[in-house]
Amino acid sequence: MATEKKVTAIKNTPKHLLGIQNLSVLEAKEILTEAKSFIKLNRGSSKKLDVLRGKTQINLFFEPSTRTQSSFDLAGKRLGADVMTMNMGNSALKKGETLIDTAMTLNAMHPDIIVIRHQDSGAPNLLSQKVNCTVINAGDGRREHPTQALLDALTIINRKGNIEGLKIAICGDILHSRVARSNIYLMNMLGAEVNVIAPKTLMPKGIDNLGVKSFTDMKKGLDGCDIVMMLRLQNERMQGSFLPSKREYYEFFGLTPEKLKFAKKDALLMHPGPMNRGVEIDTKLADDINVSLVKEQVELGVAVRMACLKLYCK
Amino acid sequence: MKEKILTNVRIIDPSQKMDEIGNIVIDEKGKIKSIGKKSGTSKSAEKIDLKGLVAIPGLVDMKAFVGEPGFEYKENFRTLSQAALAGGVTSIVTMPNTKPVIDNVSMVDFIIRRGRDKAKVNLFPCASITRQMEGNQMTEFGLLKARGIIGFSDVNKTIQNSELMSRIMNYASDIDVLIMQHAEDYELAKNSCINQGEVATRLGLQGVSDIAEKIIIERDLSLLSEFPCRYHINQISSKNSLNVIKKNKSNGIKFSTGVSINNLSLNQNDIGEFRTFLKLSPPLRSEEDRLSLIEGIKNDLINVIVSDHIPEDEESKRLPFAQAATGSIGIETLLSLSLELYHNESLPLEKIIKCLTINPAKILKIDKGSLKEGSDADICIFDLEKPWVVKAEELKSKSKNTAIENRKLQGKVKMTLLQGEVVYSN
Repeated sequence: MATEKKVTAIKNTPKHLLGIQNLSVLEAKEILTEAKSFIKLNRGSSKKLDVLRGKTQINLFFEPSTRTQSSFDLAGKRLGADVMTMNMGNSALKKGETLIDTAMTLNAMHPDIIVIRHQDSGAPNLLSQKVNCTVINAGDGRREHPTQALLDALTIINRKGNIEGLKIAICGDILHSRVARSNIYLMNMLGAEVNVIAPKTLMPKGIDNLGVKSFTDMKKGLDGCDIVMMLRLQNERMQGSFLPSKREYYEFFGLTPEKLKFAKKDALLMHPGPMNRGVEIDTKLADDINVSLVKEQVELGVAVRMACLKLYCK
Repeated sequence: MKEKILTNVRIIDPSQKMDEIGNIVIDEKGKIKSIGKKSGTSKSAEKIDLKGLVAIPGLVDMKAFVGEPGFEYKENFRTLSQAALAGGVTSIVTMPNTKPVIDNVSMVDFIIRRGRDKAKVNLFPCASITRQMEGNQMTEFGLLKARGIIGFSDVNKTIQNSELMSRIMNYASDIDVLIMQHAEDYELAKNSCINQGEVATRLGLQGVSDIAEKIIIERDLSLLSEFPCRYHINQISSKNSLNVIKKNKSNGIKFSTGVSINNLSLNQNDIGEFRTFLKLSPPLRSEEDRLSLIEGIKNDLINVIVSDHIPEDEESKRLPFAQAATGSIGIETLLSLSLELYHNESLPLEKIIKCLTINPAKILKIDKGSLKEGSDADICIFDLEKPWVVKAEELKSKSKNTAIENRKLQGKVKMTLLQGEVVYSN
């Protein structure tokens, strides 16, 4: 990172982490610096701190999640917080009213942090208006997934030393991806150049105004890139409504060793998971430790979430 | 009632191309006896001096929702009429999307009786175009018309079936009824809650392209050239739609077009971070679209400004944006917000008033929206310059979902007369 000096941009409590859009550069850098200090701790044998001792963290997941949920779970526990995870399921009946009702109920139990994952864009914003504790967004609809972008940034910094001046390609279902959006904001903020690559039906309108260049051709989009981020393509979108077929998608947008050659020689590969092997990514490539940062992303995810919990729950 | 004279008032009445300072004499029956600078006076009459104020025909709002029956907790006849009169609106076209839907004669009788007992405004009820507003079978246009239905609308739903639409037009043309269409293609608009574009992309919401609106307008106007009937497009929201309208008007197709004051005064950026009160249908679009709609009024491509008054309780708005109810209230602020377009020099005053009075009255074929001698003395009197701030809690509607909370406006209704009686004053 450019500045190793300790910056303290995050001051007021309770403050919420709702999206990268609401962060300043200083705030983002502070989180990353803080997260760095946790990487070693997480690799050591004694992982427990008491920074959040006495604090209560509730993970409120309205959408199923494996890695984000377990990552937040571990992060809270390692910092000494009491962590409770609630899986709210996906039933339509539980939508909406339950969010506000649940918020009020939980609020009465005086949590210090609520981590929320919700299928509706803006749900964490709504929640944050109703509770008086810190709200951390663990993914809302197709809007933002800030901790994913932060862990991606940390992973890149860890390998490349810096983000400024890098060229980063994000490929796949940009339209439905909160990971893409958060990464676009964060990578831009940290001085990278961002390309997005997707078939036209999966490219959102107005994306160019977000400060990216958009491509429909992997060869052009990957040209000169240091980092290639692949996105998950959901099954139901491959059967004729957005795309003709799985194999057509793989042919043109699946990342293969051949296509990776369009990028820089030392280009690295990232994926927020879970991967569809053989759909958006070649299975060998995904496991190639010289190229793939996927495992590192998961590892650093815990460190980033620890940093967020610590900084936002002062 | 005693004879009344309103004196020294600036009278703007586009129906008789009048803009002058003068008097309005109202006879014992609540009709206009004489009007203008040459208007006479009589000793026995009650005098009301309105120096510095403006008098216009009471507004005709072509699209408002009254919660009765079925949604009394959102709005009722009493609260709607209070809100309307405070906004200078004396004639309201009410929408049929109540529970049950107004799609049969017995419902019409109920609505008319109830409105007469509880409301202090002129109510002109609409019935649905199709039964249950399901878009499958047409309602009894002829029978409903005979019972006092003024027009037909499926409100925020669109007749998707082109064959049915052509038959509706064909049938309607013979019995002279007004068909009002909400233009939106369902498949293109599926799951959408906001205009397609950068704002939708940033907020992560499903957007709808203006093509969804344009495609229905194009279809309907093609059908209309084959089956000319009284056809009105409820609300348009985009430049693209306007271009289609322009083309068809110059080809001699006859129809009329409305726009919501919201689409004239706000754009998609006002939604900010998920302000659900600004979730509207048609959605707020780009600034370019907004400006083009103003041009549309200037060029007479758009004839009517409506409030699109949709009261919604707090609970149905306090949800994630995609799930929140659509619509905002606006009947009370219709005139003031329209006057903003005069104060910021977007439109001439006379044009604005025309779109709020005589134009809708003509489309509806009702004897309103004019202060000609002999017509009902439904009059809106306002202070053109008075500044005020919109505060939801001060509005008279039962629901407080205004899209323009805290907006600073200039121009406020001072007094409203209905058939010569002062029914509102502040």
